[in-house]
Amino acid sequence: MVATLMLGASASARAQGVRPYTVVGDAIPASLTGAPGDPERGLKIVTNRQVGLCLLCHSGPYPEERFQGTMAPTLAGAGTRWSEGQLRLRMVDAARISPETIMPPYYRVDGLTRVAPGFRGKTILTAEQIEDVVAYLKTLKN
Amino acid sequence: MEKRLRLVAPALAIVLAAIASLAFAEIPLSQRRSGYEQMSREVKAMQDDDTSNPASLSVLDGEALWTRREGSAQKSCADCHHDAETSMRGVSARYPAFDAAKRRPLDIEQRINLCRTEKQQATPLPFESRDLLALTAYLGKQSRGMPIAVISDDDTKPFIEAGRQIYARRQGQLNLSCQNCHDDNAGQKLAGVELPQGHPTGYPLYRLEWQSLGSLQRRLRNCLFGMRAEPYAYGADEYVDLELFLMWRARGMTVETPAVRP
Ligand code: HEC
Ligand code: HEC
Ligand code: HEC
Repeated sequence: MVATLMLGASASARAQGVRPYTVVGDAIPASLTGAPGDPERGLKIVTNRQVGLCLLCHSGPYPEERFQGTMAPTLAGAGTRWSEGQLRLRMVDAARISPETIMPPYYRVDGLTRVAPGFRGKTILTAEQIEDVVAYLKTLKN
Repeated sequence: MEKRLRLVAPALAIVLAAIASLAFAEIPLSQRRSGYEQMSREVKAMQDDDTSNPASLSVLDGEALWTRREGSAQKSCADCHHDAETSMRGVSARYPAFDAAKRRPLDIEQRINLCRTEKQQATPLPFESRDLLALTAYLGKQSRGMPIAVISDDDTKPFIEAGRQIYARRQGQLNLSCQNCHDDNAGQKLAGVELPQGHPTGYPLYRLEWQSLGSLQRRLRNCLFGMRAEPYAYGADEYVDLELFLMWRARGMTVETPAVRP
């Protein structure tokens, strides 16, 4: 059974710049931008503590990064464990995979409380950045 | 009817237990640890030795302020409260405390300012000002080594509950709750930092990162900032409720004021 759902397609979401996407089962099969991302840029986003924030919680195959988190599993092998579409949904809104997750919703602006003024109405990453990260995660094979 | 109840009751109990464990995974009292225990030997030594504790200077400032005549009443704290070592012993350990006139809890900073305005007829000291931090540190020192003993009764319970709700609520662009870090992931590493359980045992304290003394509200602002959540205004009821809940959560733990943290 394939459940198809339109998300982020409401007028308000569009006004805030969130592009519509389609969830199929536990994945978003199509690129948010219509184009593939750049894995090298994705790596830079993932290892940047102000942009991707991933290494606050995750560790990964980065022996040169001294401070990595232990609040989440390693990113190593993510591209083996998950399909591109699954990785995309995980990035866009991880709570759709596990409702109680602490992983932030990187491409969602609805349903958040008391967002600081400088971040209000903005997604953590842009659609382009999500695609770059997804392209990078796909390369993490083990 | 009776049969249905017998079926429903255990199911309900299971559901309620599941909700409770999801909603609040509280740290058992015996497993609580102060952030002190996670510090390096050097930083612990700095806190323990008054001559190396950078907050000691503020305590001395506070002692001087205690005897300074202020406001149009031209009264000092000491004129009414005499020797702080006696009159203020254990006081900070039970704040925030319920104020009958305001019908809500006040934190120790607000309580000091109430005496400033009502008893000294002076202007209130701004939050995070040198003088308010100094007086708070001086009073806090009079509770050092004593157990945290905020009062949970019919007056304060609704405010403890309000604080607990703020603590458990997801907030900010990162959609995290205090509980996500300080209960569910305490002891884990956030990047390089070991997450503390978040007990307010040492405030105001000297934080090496700030290079200054700071209040508990300043610390909470920092955490909200990290969550990309909108901080409350200094002195907001939400902060005081949160402070009260945190102190209640740390009940029985030892006051360390003035502590040192990295
Ligand atoms: C606040 C903590 C946090 C941050 C920040 C975070 N994650 Fe996660 N992530 C988690 C947790 C916890 C899991 C485990 C599954 C779950 O609870 O949803 C997870 C799971 C994942 C998974 C699936 C892991 C697997 O193979 O099972 C991937 C991939 C992932 N995250 C990628 C990222 C990327 C990329 C970033 C940065 C852009 C990021 N995460 C930022 C907490 C975080
Ligand atoms: C004119 C007398 C007077 C002065 C001056 C005064 N206070 Fe008070 N203070 C009181 C009284 C009386 C109370 C008891 C509560 C009340 O009546 O408001 C009190 C209560 C307090 C409490 C709460 C004690 C508790 O057990 O909960 C604190 C803390 C306190 N004062 C600190 C100060 C500080 C610090 C100063 C100086 C900045 C100061 N006071 C100046 C009279 C005074
Ligand atoms: C993303 C994880 C995270 C979240 C969410 C978070 N904190 Fe913190 N908190 C920290 C870290 C990390 C420290 C310690 C910082 C250090 O020592 O450098 C800390 C420190 C504290 C302390 C100081 C403990 C001490 O020993 O002095 C308190 C109290 C606290 N947090 C309360 C809160 C409250 C209340 C909230 C919710 C409004 C909150 N925190 C949300 C990570 C978090």
